[in-house]
Amino acid sequence: MKFTLSWLKDHLETEASVDEIVETLIRIGLEVDTVDDPGAKLAAFTVAHVVAAEKHPDADRLQVCTVDTGDGQVQVVCGAPNARTGMKGVFAPSGTYVPGIELMLKKTKIRGVESNGMLVSERETGLSDEHEGIIELPEDAPLGAPIAGVLGIDDPVIDIELTPNRPDCTGVRGIARDLAAAGLGMLKPFDSAAPVEGTYDSPVAWAIADDDNACSYVVGRHFRSVTNGPSPKWVQDRLRAIGLRPISALVDVTNYVSIDLGRPLHVFDAAKIGDTLTMRRARDGEDFTALVEREYTLDGEMTIIGDGATAEAVAGVMGGLDSSCTEDTTDVFLEVALFDPISVATTGRKLQIESDARYRFERGVDPESADWGADVAARMILELCGGETSKPVTAGAMPDWRRSVELSTDRVATLGGVEVAVDRQIAILDGLGFETTQVGEAITAAVPPWRPDVHGEPDLVEEITRIHGFDEVAPVSLDRGAALPPQAITPSQRRTSLVRRVLAAQGLDEAVTWSFMGRAHAELFGDVDALMLANPISSELDAMRPSILGNLLLGAGRNADRGFADVGLFELGPAYRDASPDGQLLVAAGIRHGNAVPAHWSGKARAADALDAKADALAALEAGGAPVANLQIDRDTPAWYHPGRSGGLRLGKNVLAWFGEIHPGVLRRLDVRGPAVGFEVFLDVLPDRKEKSAARPPLHLLALQPVRRDFAFMVDADVEAGAVLRAARGAEKELVSSVDLFDVYEGKNIEDGKKSLAIQVTLQPVEATLTDEEIDAVAKKIVAAVEKATGGTLRG
Amino acid sequence: MTAPDVSELQDSLLAEVAAADSIDVLEAVRVSALGKKGRITEQMKGLGQLDGDARKEAGQALNRVKDAVADAIAARQADLESSALEARLAHETVDVTLTPRPRAGGHLHPVSQVTEECIAIFGEMGFTVAEGPDIEDDFHNFTALNIPPEHPARQMHDTFYLEAADGEPQPVLRTHTSPVQIRTMETSKPPIRVIAPGRTYRSDSDATHTPMFHQIEALVVDETTHMGHLKGCIIDFCRAFFDIPDLPVRFRPSHFPFTEPSMEVDIGCSREGGELRIGNFGEGADNWLEIMGSGMVHPKVLEYGGIDSSKYQGFAFGMGIDRIAMLKYGIPDLRTFFDADIRWLKHYGFVPLAVPSMVRGM
Repeated sequence: MKFTLSWLKDHLETEASVDEIVETLIRIGLEVDTVDDPGAKLAAFTVAHVVAAEKHPDADRLQVCTVDTGDGQVQVVCGAPNARTGMKGVFAPSGTYVPGIELMLKKTKIRGVESNGMLVSERETGLSDEHEGIIELPEDAPLGAPIAGVLGIDDPVIDIELTPNRPDCTGVRGIARDLAAAGLGMLKPFDSAAPVEGTYDSPVAWAIADDDNACSYVVGRHFRSVTNGPSPKWVQDRLRAIGLRPISALVDVTNYVSIDLGRPLHVFDAAKIGDTLTMRRARDGEDFTALVEREYTLDGEMTIIGDGATAEAVAGVMGGLDSSCTEDTTDVFLEVALFDPISVATTGRKLQIESDARYRFERGVDPESADWGADVAARMILELCGGETSKPVTAGAMPDWRRSVELSTDRVATLGGVEVAVDRQIAILDGLGFETTQVGEAITAAVPPWRPDVHGEPDLVEEITRIHGFDEVAPVSLDRGAALPPQAITPSQRRTSLVRRVLAAQGLDEAVTWSFMGRAHAELFGDVDALMLANPISSELDAMRPSILGNLLLGAGRNADRGFADVGLFELGPAYRDASPDGQLLVAAGIRHGNAVPAHWSGKARAADALDAKADALAALEAGGAPVANLQIDRDTPAWYHPGRSGGLRLGKNVLAWFGEIHPGVLRRLDVRGPAVGFEVFLDVLPDRKEKSAARPPLHLLALQPVRRDFAFMVDADVEAGAVLRAARGAEKELVSSVDLFDVYEGKNIEDGKKSLAIQVTLQPVEATLTDEEIDAVAKKIVAAVEKATGGTLRG
Repeated sequence: MTAPDVSELQDSLLAEVAAADSIDVLEAVRVSALGKKGRITEQMKGLGQLDGDARKEAGQALNRVKDAVADAIAARQADLESSALEARLAHETVDVTLTPRPRAGGHLHPVSQVTEECIAIFGEMGFTVAEGPDIEDDFHNFTALNIPPEHPARQMHDTFYLEAADGEPQPVLRTHTSPVQIRTMETSKPPIRVIAPGRTYRSDSDATHTPMFHQIEALVVDETTHMGHLKGCIIDFCRAFFDIPDLPVRFRPSHFPFTEPSMEVDIGCSREGGELRIGNFGEGADNWLEIMGSGMVHPKVLEYGGIDSSKYQGFAFGMGIDRIAMLKYGIPDLRTFFDADIRWLKHYGFVPLAVPSMVRGM
């Protein structure tokens, strides 16, 4: 919503400066987007008289001008072809900044002739691109006067970002009312709304079809013998200043009233319409040619103004080309209607038409303006275009807008947090146009018709506090009610945070990637039929991700393309099974791509492998409180993992994690050069930690030294190391405190189809030092247990 | 027989000890003096031929010599060992300019760190963390927040919808964290004091908007909380978060469907030299940066959440986590947050041990 300072002053009696006005607008909730004061930059530019213009002695195209600035005469060298003796122009003295060419003027010599200042073109002032010659001012322009006033650009333009709840401020008068209530001046009387008597009966009538259309009430007036043409300069200047193009007096009147009072209007050329205009629903597929010379196809949800079978306007959005007013128009029919805001908004959106009328109707115009708007417009049309006007014609009925809201006098204090004296509360409401009555502890406020946004007590509290000033509300720090705060996060939130930090400590960098991905990629990780976006921004982001791994792998691919192939990434966030709240899983997932150990002088580089992913998964699980030592490992992993190089970690029937190499086929589909490994840990299914007490179980430090014995077993190549470890561990539970695998060997000196597994067993005596016989007995048990479990034999 | 003169023996042996230039030579000296056939030992054996006092006197003298020589040998041995060690170490060097073996060290994403910073600050004020799903229903994301069906925010160009079977309501990707307000009110009774951080989605993608971003929401509901508390809470937060005790905070009236009164919150900044900095730049430095929307919870929203609006009231506010992370840590481009560029993650990321806390600073 744009307006100029002088326009505001039509409605507001004020001495306030632009800065004060802007500051107040912001303070009362009318957010100022920009303040544009084109004349401000030209403060030093004045009207000057060229006393003499003579050819430069040394240059054909230059002239030496003697310029009377009103403050004495100066010599200026000028290259403009139109500089001539006797003209009036715009002078910028030395020391002036010339905005159009971004130059600070200095006293200088041009081809040996002194030049003080400049006679400027429009381009040099920054007002336009015109650079054919210097600006020529009328002969009566006052010598020495600042040019902003002479050129009519001394009127600052203020642009407000209007919130949708304030239809009243779509008119300059509404803004003036708010400013006046805030103490910045007096709202002037609304004289232009006085009734205008009609002299004849309108030959055109209104009808509202009984089809549940958007129009509740419409007023019309007929005008005859008008003269349309350019509107007067003051109207044109104002419209231009706020970015509207003057068209003709009749059209300019509708635009002017719309901006001035927030009351949209439309004028039909009465010669181009029949004797009845009907508010009705459009027919599905009905064609409409708008003022802007574009064709639209309408549907049955939209309301139009019909002349017989023809749509002459889309209600509240835009008029039609065929019945529009032109320079030749002599008879006019004025439409002043009330339309349902939602219907106008919906129609405008569907047709993708942004118009000043829609802007106002979709916020909700003042119902009373249907009546007074017709008078305001009639007065202005008669003034600008002559002719005479008919008596008003109407259809429908003005909706009953009258309602009152009760405000308890202490509510501003208890909700707004600021004590405002009751008479001040009442004065503010009165200033905003409410009609108030006080009975005891309550103020009854009759809501003015231009404030459809006010319905309840909090609305009145807002009106009073914003005008009184939010700055007057004293900040009060929250009292947490106890010396120490409660725990801010739940145990599971704390677990999540710990898992995140532990994964970062494993050398993985945390990424945050989209919750969506492209369907073609998403389907590599699960079924996404129930996870498709209806309106994605692109096909690369059209499905909710069933796994985090895809986006991380794509991220690794991008890093590799940039020359950084060795990356470890993790993300802790959602993956989706379906669209229900329970279908959202909290997953910690990570990938390693390229080398897990980089090339270094101390040793060879090592590519990340499935067991790096296993270590990451176990670190996350341990941080998450899972009983890592008791997990079952299986090979039952989903299709995006390498079938032979991946595993699952289970606790009972719950899968807690998967890890392993990513399936090469998946990498190929993602266009990521492999290999890569990854893991997924499902945080929702981790068992809740049962921490009844912070105390740990007692620690028994045994005085007796542990004994270590090494064993190497020859087993079939397909025997899992875990089976050997498990058997050794179980052979003598009382004594075996740990079993560590320290060598896996296949090849030379080992029979084909076999491998050697070497383990170190630690025996922890509890009561007495072990004798050699006891140690040998345990060793035999271990060998027997491994043999029984795996068929392995002790290597000689 | 008279007692032998032992001083000559002592001088002679001490001279040999002093002259020993290796452990081996020193050992030979020790054997020649104190060994079974050593010179002191031999003399000790001869003591038996002396009588009475002379034997006692000579014995004592010999013992003194023995002790003196033994001490000298021990001292000389320590010297020789120390010299030998020094000589060995003189040859043992490592190139200290060599790069050490790399150790893994990853980083936390700024969104995670800043979220935890917010939790640390609001936690001190007695807030707890609430959560809700990303895929929401129309009721929690819009209706219950007093956003009517025709509101522009519900249109396809602002909001992501999921495809649904014919006749089924379309799920929506939550456009703000505010549905967590409703879910919290549905499941708990006042007094309520929660924050809700999380992912949010809007159908928007340009230089300053991404289709996914993060918000943090605060909700307080009780019988007495008013706009003064709203202001106090937000001012306290902003000053703690940006660690600027005199940070100017401005409250402007605005409009949101779910709050009444509503206000936007600006903080002081400077844009000098094209560089945006947060802070207090003095009286009259009229430069403000909008950082959040806030207001007193609309009575209809309380009622939708199952709370009696004639008894309870409160405030709510929400802000962009990514945005305040950018402001605090000088990260220029929102889009880079979600690119997983390893250079960015290492540059803007945080070491995992730096857990935010009000008492230790952050």
